[in-house]
Amino acid sequence: MLTWIDERLGLADWARAGLRKVFPDHWSFLLGEVALFCLVVLVLTGVFLTLFYVPDATTVTYSGPWLPLRGQTVSAAYDSVMRLSFEVRAGLVMRQIHHWAALVFVAAIVVHLLRIFFTGAFRRPREINWLIGIGLLLLALAMGITGYSLPDDLLSGTGLRVIYSVVIAIPFIGPYLAFLVFGGEFPTSEIISRLFVFHVMLLPALLIGGVLVHLAILVRQKHSQYAVPRATEHNVVGRAFWPSQAFKSTGLAILTAAVLALMGGLVQINPIWSYGPFDATTVSSPAQPDWYVGWLDGALRLFPPIEITALGVTIPSPFIPGVLLPGIAFGIMTLWPFLEAWVTGEHAEHQILDGPRQRPLRTAFGVAGLLVFVILTLAGGNDVVALIFGVPVEAMTNILRVAIVVVPLLGFGLTYRVCTEMRDARAGIGHPRMVRLRRTSAGGFEEDDPD
Amino acid sequence: MTAPRAVALALAISILGSLALVAIYVFGGSIQLQGIGLALALGGLGTAIVIWAVGLIEAPIEVEERHSFAAQEREASIAEGAADGEQISRRRFLSRLLAGAGAILTAALVLPAFSLGPQPGTDLFRTAWRRGMRLVDAGNQPLRPDDIVLDSVTTVFPEGFVGRPDTQTLLIKVRPSDLALPSGRDAWAPEGCIAYSKVCTHAGCPVGLYRAREHLLLCPCHQSTFDVLRGATPIFGPAARPLPQLPMEVDPEGYLVALGDFPEPIGPGFWDMTHIPADGG
Repeated sequence: MLTWIDERLGLADWARAGLRKVFPDHWSFLLGEVALFCLVVLVLTGVFLTLFYVPDATTVTYSGPWLPLRGQTVSAAYDSVMRLSFEVRAGLVMRQIHHWAALVFVAAIVVHLLRIFFTGAFRRPREINWLIGIGLLLLALAMGITGYSLPDDLLSGTGLRVIYSVVIAIPFIGPYLAFLVFGGEFPTSEIISRLFVFHVMLLPALLIGGVLVHLAILVRQKHSQYAVPRATEHNVVGRAFWPSQAFKSTGLAILTAAVLALMGGLVQINPIWSYGPFDATTVSSPAQPDWYVGWLDGALRLFPPIEITALGVTIPSPFIPGVLLPGIAFGIMTLWPFLEAWVTGEHAEHQILDGPRQRPLRTAFGVAGLLVFVILTLAGGNDVVALIFGVPVEAMTNILRVAIVVVPLLGFGLTYRVCTEMRDARAGIGHPRMVRLRRTSAGGFEEDDPD
Repeated sequence: MTAPRAVALALAISILGSLALVAIYVFGGSIQLQGIGLALALGGLGTAIVIWAVGLIEAPIEVEERHSFAAQEREASIAEGAADGEQISRRRFLSRLLAGAGAILTAALVLPAFSLGPQPGTDLFRTAWRRGMRLVDAGNQPLRPDDIVLDSVTTVFPEGFVGRPDTQTLLIKVRPSDLALPSGRDAWAPEGCIAYSKVCTHAGCPVGLYRAREHLLLCPCHQSTFDVLRGATPIFGPAARPLPQLPMEVDPEGYLVALGDFPEPIGPGFWDMTHIPADGG
């Protein structure tokens, strides 16, 4: 049978080489795989959800089993998600697994990206895959935001409203762009069906296509490796794909799905029945977005009330934190491999990865960026954080306004110091020479000559 | 006609087709014209490429060996197309024309994206509030100052527009003596009733929380806080502008009515918001 196929396609040699392909063995190389397996779970559960979801803003009267909403006017989209949650057998678990998988998907991408960053795996020859990776992160975020908004509940509707306000804040083109995207002044009946087309068709096509290219380049370039024994810039030290790595990855795939299933089954997420349907005149409090958007909401909350009008052009206050800040953040991330090569003047190929301490400046930048992200994310929940610590939300905001400037700077300095110390300690630089002392018969000390 | 001329002609037709397509989209035109324009744009481009392939590329016949998959040795067949020095400048011209035709066609094909939404026009400057419209609550009941409890807050709409998002307004009753409104607005608060747009001037969320004791309106989205007694001036959070105040009075039958639309655009800011259109509605 295999011979019959091989005589027609000639794949045996290619497959044999593929199975023998050597992959370096390190747990941190599996982070991207976790993201990949989340994507598989997302596609499988997503297909199920699509069979029941109705992308329609037309209003209907809710008549399902959730008593508090009986007789209320809701959109057909919200109604279909309620039906999926309460009446479709296995519907709720699919929905919750899908949502948890989305959160873990983005998290796995971010942790994977941090691993790449702190080990310098983006350097030549891997700049192209770094760029594709950033593109995949952006697509994953777009998938998350479009999917989050589909149920047309009060919380996600408020999120859409904030996005609309950020878009119209863009100077010169904002109002036109917002009217094109939303189909008019917010709220519109068009937006739900548009988000749906993006979420189930355009974005997944780009995302899956991008992942395939990402993997093809990885295979073509061979995996980078840590400085393990026998590893050089011209080899790959590890274990063959078959059977060791294949078994590990299959196991990881199934375990990822298992954890997502456990979360989907046991941990409630996005209970749209308690948020209620979207209504443009009401709002829920507290209102927090999914974790990966929290930093942007936090930036909107922390930014001071500045709205400048000069020469008849107003720069609305959401523009800087909502458009400029993420633009700069993703701009720096995208260009990092080129910026670093330009600053350090290092353009050589690197197959051996750095330890974070070997590159104090890069590591310090990474830590500072991470701290900005963490503080902005905290700010995105400043009302909840204030409640937990029992301080007024105004005080919490002012504390975070100071922290967003001070903490990343401190983190930068501290990381730089620790890394240089660790690096120099290994290299034996900057530390006093070790000497042996010998006590003389007279009771004094003298240096013991090592020779 | 020589091949280069034919290619140039076909590309010119394609460019004209694309330009016609743009004109038809901008000025409007029948479906037949749209179809013909697109067919000319694509047809010209396709014809040019085919003539190019047949008439301008001199490709010698090559032989590539077929291998049984059992033996995996593969010989690369090497053959190079000869480039004629004399034709280079003519080819460069045709290449540029081809790129231009492609670019114009792409632009023409992107244009239908503008069908996705209307022009903003005056939508962001105006709401449905007009002079003489009664303030009604969500149940469509008109309101008299006496009906409103001191320190209470009610979401109101213009009569006939209940639920219309950009008209949502907060009606609050305070002691008239506590009020310290900006000058010129004293008449807008009959019997201590004041009305502000409910749409936050930061990111557009409904300003849903009222701390009655301190007379503060609080937006739950980003914690912008507005002082109700002093014309809803922002005193904390990221909002930089006050909530626009609705001018109103009491009509002869004792009901609260608007004196006109909000004096400024409501909700989140946009770049030309200070250029309020002339007719105030």
